[in-house]
Amino acid sequence: MGTVMALFFVVVVAPLVGLVLNGADRVVTARLQGRVGPPLLQPLYDLVKLWRKEPLVVNRVQIGYVYLHLAFMVMTLVLLALGGDMVLALFAHAFSALSLVIGASSVRSPFSRIGAQRKIMQMLAYEPVFILLVVGIYLRTGSFMASAVGRLDAPLIVSLPLVFLAYLVALEIKLEKSPFDVATSHHAHQELVKGVTLEYAGPYLALIEVAHFYETFLLLGIVAAFFVRQIWLGVGVALVVYAGAIVVDNVCARLRTTWMVRCLWTVPVMLAVCNIIWLYVRRTQGG
Amino acid sequence: MAWSVHELLGRSPWFVHYNCNSCNGCDIELLACLTPLYDVERFGMLHVGNPKHADILVVTGSVNHRNARVLQNVYAQLPTPHVVVGLGVCTSSGGVFAGSYNVLGGVDKVIPVDVFVPGCPPRPEAMMDGFLRAVEILKRKSAGLPSAPAEKEVITVAPPSGPHAEESDAA
Ligand code: SF4
Repeated sequence: MGTVMALFFVVVVAPLVGLVLNGADRVVTARLQGRVGPPLLQPLYDLVKLWRKEPLVVNRVQIGYVYLHLAFMVMTLVLLALGGDMVLALFAHAFSALSLVIGASSVRSPFSRIGAQRKIMQMLAYEPVFILLVVGIYLRTGSFMASAVGRLDAPLIVSLPLVFLAYLVALEIKLEKSPFDVATSHHAHQELVKGVTLEYAGPYLALIEVAHFYETFLLLGIVAAFFVRQIWLGVGVALVVYAGAIVVDNVCARLRTTWMVRCLWTVPVMLAVCNIIWLYVRRTQGG
Repeated sequence: MAWSVHELLGRSPWFVHYNCNSCNGCDIELLACLTPLYDVERFGMLHVGNPKHADILVVTGSVNHRNARVLQNVYAQLPTPHVVVGLGVCTSSGGVFAGSYNVLGGVDKVIPVDVFVPGCPPRPEAMMDGFLRAVEILKRKSAGLPSAPAEKEVITVAPPSGPHAEESDAA
């Protein structure tokens, strides 16, 4: 029964939560810029509109990868929600991003290809943080199963504070926010003429949007999982983190791709590595 | 139910802007629509850079022989249903450039236009009014209903063609 509830929650409720969060993002961004902004449910209107539009397809390959992008994103969420293997979830999540890259490189548009290359650079920047996160959780729980997190006596944030900080920076990349929105930007629509999503029209763009709603939920869900016993505290922190990401998006300029990789591989990755070393030392001395 | 789907369609019109040889007056006023003072995002409108994502094609300026081909290309990439809005008198007749050797005199000579917004340049309020009329047409097109062709002033200020036209008339 619990499994069915969890499945229902991540497959049906998660995208709705992601949709409202994205709508709130647009309203808050508009208010920060001194504008009134669209209604809260604007992403829903956008989805319905895109769904009704004529699907313009450049080639078949492109379309297949959109479905894979969405399917693997949902698979990542389902794996984590059912307490499955975190390493498998990591790979599913990476493949979801990769399908967007392959889909974008299968067309001839130069902007789409530049977007795809930048997306690879983004993955290069944030993947180490995600891997270190999984390693850290393993060192703490002694298992790669996500269900082991729920059985901890103290929340993860106590033993992984520096990994949490690194994760917050990686989150900014995954949400396509400034200063890291180099592959495609959620607010700057002329940037690279929309980058990786350039050649997707109508319903296929809608599918990418839905995948983004799932992803928003997934990323904020991981933030909440750091506080796993006090789940309401976790939800509160996740909302504060999201609001912080929006503010950073509005006060930062977009920076260069190489700068992004350099930035991630110095401070956040080093912070996470220090945290891992500390955990490892404590573990070997304790046991 | 079908009615509400078309209604929702009109709540998210994304527009792409193509400048056909405009003097930039119309373009600057169009950008003013995005600023906090006017803020077209209130109506769910977004200024996108890609015709494949757009519902409304906004054209400014008098079309000439060189960019007519590009305009047709942009128009061909719009997914249906879509509408075309011409901003400024240049798009309807050529405006102050009418009669010039390279000006075709009207966007509707190249692609079908649904709404003309008069003015040189039109005020942002007039532009937003034009967009909202375009949204109504978009909803009708989505429902498969016929839409009326754009209204266009028949009076023009085009001078007689050629620099010495008056002298030759007198002769
Ligand atoms: S209508 Fe006037 S402002 Fe607009 S492009 Fe033509 S000349 Fe410029």
